[in-house]
Amino acid sequence: MATITAPARRAAPVTEVVPLWRRVPAGLLFVLPFLFFYVAFLLFPTVWALVLSFFNESLTGTRGEFVGLSNWTEMFGDALMWKAMGATLYFTLLSTPPLVLVGLVMALLTNRVMPLRWLWRPSYFAPFLLPVSVVALIWVWLFQPGFGLVNAALTALGLPELGWLSDPGVAMWSVVLTTLWWTAGFNFLLYLAALQAIPQDYHDAASIDGAGWWQRLWSITLPMLRRTTGLVIVLQLLASLRIFDQVYLLWTGSGGPGFAVRPVLEYVYDTSFTNFRFGYASAISTFFFVLIVTISAAQFRIFQSREERP
Amino acid sequence: MTTIPLPRQAPRRVHRATRAWNTVGLVAAALIALLWLMPLLWAVDTAVKPEDETATIPISWIPSHFTLEAFEKVFAQSDLIVWFVNSTVVTVSVTLLVLVTASMAGYGLSRTDFRGKRLLYGVIIAGIMVPPQIVVVPLFREMLALGLVDTYWAMILPQVAVPAMVFILKKFFDGLPRELEEAARVDGASLWRIYWQIAVPLSRPALAAVGIFTFIITWNNFFWPFLAVSNPDLMTIPVGLATIQSSYGLRYAQIMASAVLGGLPLLVAYVFFQRNIIRSVAHTGLSGT
Repeated sequence: MATITAPARRAAPVTEVVPLWRRVPAGLLFVLPFLFFYVAFLLFPTVWALVLSFFNESLTGTRGEFVGLSNWTEMFGDALMWKAMGATLYFTLLSTPPLVLVGLVMALLTNRVMPLRWLWRPSYFAPFLLPVSVVALIWVWLFQPGFGLVNAALTALGLPELGWLSDPGVAMWSVVLTTLWWTAGFNFLLYLAALQAIPQDYHDAASIDGAGWWQRLWSITLPMLRRTTGLVIVLQLLASLRIFDQVYLLWTGSGGPGFAVRPVLEYVYDTSFTNFRFGYASAISTFFFVLIVTISAAQFRIFQSREERP
Repeated sequence: MTTIPLPRQAPRRVHRATRAWNTVGLVAAALIALLWLMPLLWAVDTAVKPEDETATIPISWIPSHFTLEAFEKVFAQSDLIVWFVNSTVVTVSVTLLVLVTASMAGYGLSRTDFRGKRLLYGVIIAGIMVPPQIVVVPLFREMLALGLVDTYWAMILPQVAVPAMVFILKKFFDGLPRELEEAARVDGASLWRIYWQIAVPLSRPALAAVGIFTFIITWNNFFWPFLAVSNPDLMTIPVGLATIQSSYGLRYAQIMASAVLGGLPLLVAYVFFQRNIIRSVAHTGLSGT
């Protein structure tokens, strides 16, 4: 009998001295602080938006009733939602090509050794560092009729003035112009970093073979920037789709002339914080989220392929 | 002997073409810079004009006299200093919390192994696809339920959840050589000590990159702080400045003075970190290289 109890007694203290937290793997403990923020303020709200979209929820705090798919069916027939969706897609379509191209041109120009390069680079990037409210204040002032700088420039060139903030047909171009000025510097930076990663040997070798700057651009630089361009386009599409700030601030929340430029996120904002229809706003958010995820998936794949590269 | 003239000929031809391209490039670079600086120059120019000379037809760059009156009025009447303090509190808190939590998580995911790690990592990087603007409605309800609306916490906490930063730092740790850390482990150092005394000092460039970008994004973030806070004493610079257009009416010199002052902090900071910023992009892998 003594031989049986002995191992049991020896084993007992081992399980006793190991407290619960010690049995959690150390690596998991390292992830936990971030996981708290991630679950509480990103994952949970994402799931809750889906849940709320089936309820008749309002801001007042009383739990809304379950309304099934009625928010969803209402949304698909909501002309204002489709108008906002159209404005968002139109803005994305108009803004992405110039934002990518201007960023690329800026980087190609200033990657070369040239006089006053220390001045050109910060000039391109500076607007990106401004808060959007500053950007909006400046551009509302620039877009004024008569004494606004943009219209003054048009007049000086002998062209008619445009109603940048008042004409529904022009308003979207105002947003594109403002956004181009504000954020092209970020794409410029991405391209510049990529250009600096191209080994100088490639250019030297091509120069010795007699290739000029133009030839090197087409046969070395641009092909080597293909991956970066893919990334810049996807990041830009995502940023453009999420437009809210500039439009909200340029027209102080009115959605522009005849709601011509009101994007989806501003419609979500109006629905939830002006009409207090949280459930309906959640349905629109979730629907819009699906659209964005499909594009994000492309970004994700580019990141992944980078990971797999040797 | 025939090999000597050939290479000499080729570069000379290239040289002339290159010089032409240099001139075209310089003119183009200067032209874009001029276009990009013009709005800023016009804003500063408006801010130093007497108020009754701002809106004139035709426009004029040179005022009858130079004055800082608009700046004095803005300092005396607006909450710009309060907003600056709020922006600093929020941005510094968010940046520090991101650096600590994301680097710890990145390190744990890169260097240790535990059951369910792959699944956990998958769930975290899937979050890169969730744009924070999409969750504002339920997030606002959550803050309401927690009683945090109109507090610093409401602005700070959600901005810490940036899974992309974990991804960037995990990738960086993956690329660090393991020898030093293994030597320390043999000597009996705990995981925390190895992380804090070996991995963190070695990853300073990646941490700088994450820190710089988190700082810029948080400092300029408008949408969420604008929803989370309505008390003017708690507003950050972007949120506070959004209220200015209506409160100043048509006093353009003062509006532009506020805009200039509101944009200044990051521009000044940029002068100090501008050398790091291109390197930072390379470190985050954002450029795809």
